[in-house]
Amino acid sequence: MRLKLFRRCAFALCMVTSLLLLVRLPLVRAQGGEPQYFAIRGAKVVPVSGPPIEDATIVVSRGIITAVAKDAAIPPEARVIDGKDLTVYPGLVDAFADVGIPAAPPSGGEGGGPRRSQEQARGPQDRPASTPWRSGADEVNLSDKRIESWRNGGFTTVICAPKGGFFPGEAAVLNLAGERAGDLVVKSPVAIPLSFQTSGGFGGGFPDSLLGVLAYIRQVWLDTDWSIKAQALYEKNPRGVARPRYDRTEATLAEALENHALVLIPANNTVQLRRAIELIERWQVKGAIYGGQMGYEVAPEIAAKKLPVLVDLKWPDAEKDADPESKPSLRTLRFRDRSPSTPAALAKAGVKFAFYSSSITAPKNILKAAKKSIDAGLSPDVALRAFTLSAAEIFGVADRLGSIENGKIANLVVTDGDLFGEKTKIKMAFVDGRLFEAHEPEKPKDPSEGDITGKWKLSYTTPEGPEESTADLMMDKDGTISGTITSHRGTANIISGYLSADKFSLTSNIVLDQGPTDVMFTGTFDGNSLKGSITVLGMSLDFTGVKPGNAASTTAALGGAQ
Amino acid sequence: MIPGIIDCHSHIAAEAINEGSVSVSSMVNMEEVLDPDDIDIYRDLAGGVTSANILHGSANSIGGQTLVIKLRWGQPASKLPFEGAMPGIKFALGENPKRSNFSIPGQPRRYPATRMGVEETIRAAFSEARDYKKAWDDYNKRVAAGEKNLIPPRRDLKLEPLVEVLEGKRYVHSHCYREDEILMLLRVAKEFGFKVRPFQHVLEGYKVADELASAGVGASTFSDWWAYKVEAYDAIPSNAALMTRRGVIVSINSDDAEEATHLNQEAAKSMKYGSLSHDEALKLVTLNPAIQLGIDKRVGSIDVGKDADLAVYNHDPLSAYAVVQKTLIDGRVYFDREKDIANRAEIEKEKKALTEKLKQAEKKPEEKKAPEKKPEEKPKPPAPTPTPTAAQGAATQGGVR
Repeated sequence: MRLKLFRRCAFALCMVTSLLLLVRLPLVRAQGGEPQYFAIRGAKVVPVSGPPIEDATIVVSRGIITAVAKDAAIPPEARVIDGKDLTVYPGLVDAFADVGIPAAPPSGGEGGGPRRSQEQARGPQDRPASTPWRSGADEVNLSDKRIESWRNGGFTTVICAPKGGFFPGEAAVLNLAGERAGDLVVKSPVAIPLSFQTSGGFGGGFPDSLLGVLAYIRQVWLDTDWSIKAQALYEKNPRGVARPRYDRTEATLAEALENHALVLIPANNTVQLRRAIELIERWQVKGAIYGGQMGYEVAPEIAAKKLPVLVDLKWPDAEKDADPESKPSLRTLRFRDRSPSTPAALAKAGVKFAFYSSSITAPKNILKAAKKSIDAGLSPDVALRAFTLSAAEIFGVADRLGSIENGKIANLVVTDGDLFGEKTKIKMAFVDGRLFEAHEPEKPKDPSEGDITGKWKLSYTTPEGPEESTADLMMDKDGTISGTITSHRGTANIISGYLSADKFSLTSNIVLDQGPTDVMFTGTFDGNSLKGSITVLGMSLDFTGVKPGNAASTTAALGGAQ
Repeated sequence: MIPGIIDCHSHIAAEAINEGSVSVSSMVNMEEVLDPDDIDIYRDLAGGVTSANILHGSANSIGGQTLVIKLRWGQPASKLPFEGAMPGIKFALGENPKRSNFSIPGQPRRYPATRMGVEETIRAAFSEARDYKKAWDDYNKRVAAGEKNLIPPRRDLKLEPLVEVLEGKRYVHSHCYREDEILMLLRVAKEFGFKVRPFQHVLEGYKVADELASAGVGASTFSDWWAYKVEAYDAIPSNAALMTRRGVIVSINSDDAEEATHLNQEAAKSMKYGSLSHDEALKLVTLNPAIQLGIDKRVGSIDVGKDADLAVYNHDPLSAYAVVQKTLIDGRVYFDREKDIANRAEIEKEKKALTEKLKQAEKKPEEKKAPEKKPEEKPKPPAPTPTPTAAQGAATQGGVR
């Protein structure tokens, strides 16, 4: 025990010294950690709240932007980042997602999360599939791998809501970094999302159709309204009066409505959009629409009611396994063709809108989808605004984020060119003033020699003693490598990897005592074995890798994972 | 030229038909789920239909709130409702609400399971509605008397439309088949003081035609659908004629989007089965349904001052050779056969072009796509005008509709 403790101390000491060394090394890969002082000097800054500033300096002090100007003074404690050829944008906002809430184990209903209670609902009074008290802020969990991948895609903020049911729970604004779950929460609650999706078909309890869902939600609003009034009257004079029954749904919604919470209503096609406009009026709630993809047909009507729209960036596609005999209707074809022109139509009509990722799973495809809208006539400035300040305005947090301004939260994304450019790479992101360097998968310079695909057993010696881990590698035709590396510390994805001629390079991000840390494996591949070095926190270790026989490799992998 | 056909029992133009989870689903409203893009609207226009009574399905003893629409194809949902027409509510008796022909493995059977139970669910719902009305009347009286700080009753979307039925502000459209259940509902209606208007399907109506006539209740039936389930075994094609001869206001309905495209022929059948006159037969799909729906002041016949809702045929409309040439609503042409035929090639061309364009976009890698990007700004007609096909979609006789 003591020996182990000693070893740990020694290892930590070693780490500290290497960290000190690191400060002078150019290849810093510090990820996250405490917000520090940074200055990005000589970059192009696109504040969104104002015109772009060339050759500007941004100072970030412990999570807050403290200066944005052509020649802002750089405090001596700041780590200076050379901004030459770099462009700095406000951190991007994914305006409606469940990033931060790891997928729930599949349950009976759609979308995960709790669905129906054991008892089938017999009417609105049973409050079917309603959990408005759940909250994105409470359910956020740092183990969700999408937090990192979204950050790497330039997203510093999501509007996060639980999924499942007609009232799934309240949405919160989350920044995508922090030591503890609570660090992520910027504001909560900011919205009440609704879903109209039923389990479908008879026999599921009330409601089992769109008819029933709309009646149910209307009854809930009426009940909530009643409970606010009844509770107040009862408090005034409780004697001789039956007390109003406590109902968790009513109580939660009453509080939210009294705070003028935004109610998010699903509507994608024209019929749904027009229906949503009417529902918002009938329900007398402060509403916003999510979906919106057929907005090109009804943008002026949405504008007339001043309703904000969260545009679903997963544009409609032909069904993958569609019956080849069934021909889509003209209306469907037009929808597929024109949906990316919706943002331009909304902008023209004066509708405030933001973008959300919906079912897009790779964050790089979110910007690509927005690019389609730019190709369909949306001005890039407005597209950027939709990803930043407009989203912040819709959810009432524009006073603290969404643009690069003095005093705002230091959420920044740094690129080597125009955000929507096809070749542009995201170089780094600041979330609450924490620096993250994005990992662009590197491409090999030379054609790869041989195929590195397979399970490898890696052996090396750390200050703690000999260690083994397993690398499960997949090589693409172009020589890029993906896969995982599994050690007793857990399994980490390979963020970037390639084989150029016989030289390989693999980078993964592993959680060490210091927090998430980049670990790089480089060396040569001779067709049968790997030989090279592991670089971590400026320290270097030699390693060798062999490919055990198929049967043996399975055991090794299991052994390595323990 | 005849007055536009009125379909007294239709399930087109809606995104949902049944809220089948509960036996009393009066809280749901067809108006909230209207789908103005439903192609069946256009197909029915091509069959000369200009107004339709959009009903909830028959899965429940008391179904949802219903409304009459005009088939204004291309207009938004908010422009479909027939202005000023009395709203309705769907009731259903017999095999559908007692779920005789439906069971879901693993699910407990829903109450009721017998015709007695169907009656009980209706009775219980109206007893509740009566209490609810009384609670509100009491509250309003006490407030009017100056009492302060009274907690109002909760609003109940299920009971509100039933109170409207009791107050005569909402029509009851009751799906039914057998004579016994028809008489049952007449008794329940009398007990609670409301009127059924009209009975729907009412296949055994000829057995109780006198009772229907003396109660002043209309009947909206099928021409000759028969024997698709046990309760439909006693149906006869002379039903419409026999009830008409006994003084019942009778209409022929479709219950089905395809059937609705030839309601003129369905009406004509009553000339063969029951020897109705030409005019009596025509009234079955024009003036009579208008009377049953309370819209006869505006539609149902061609008269000075009435809405210009018209259907133009190339033959006598009751002939099997008759094909609709034009359909007008509010004096505006909503279907024109010549134009429709002329448009078909254009539609096919656009479909082909779009299919090709989308296929290309999918195949090509991102870089190749870049040079050919141009915002598509084609002017487009307000609504797609696809071809009306006669016998599309299987008839849903006997289904839960």
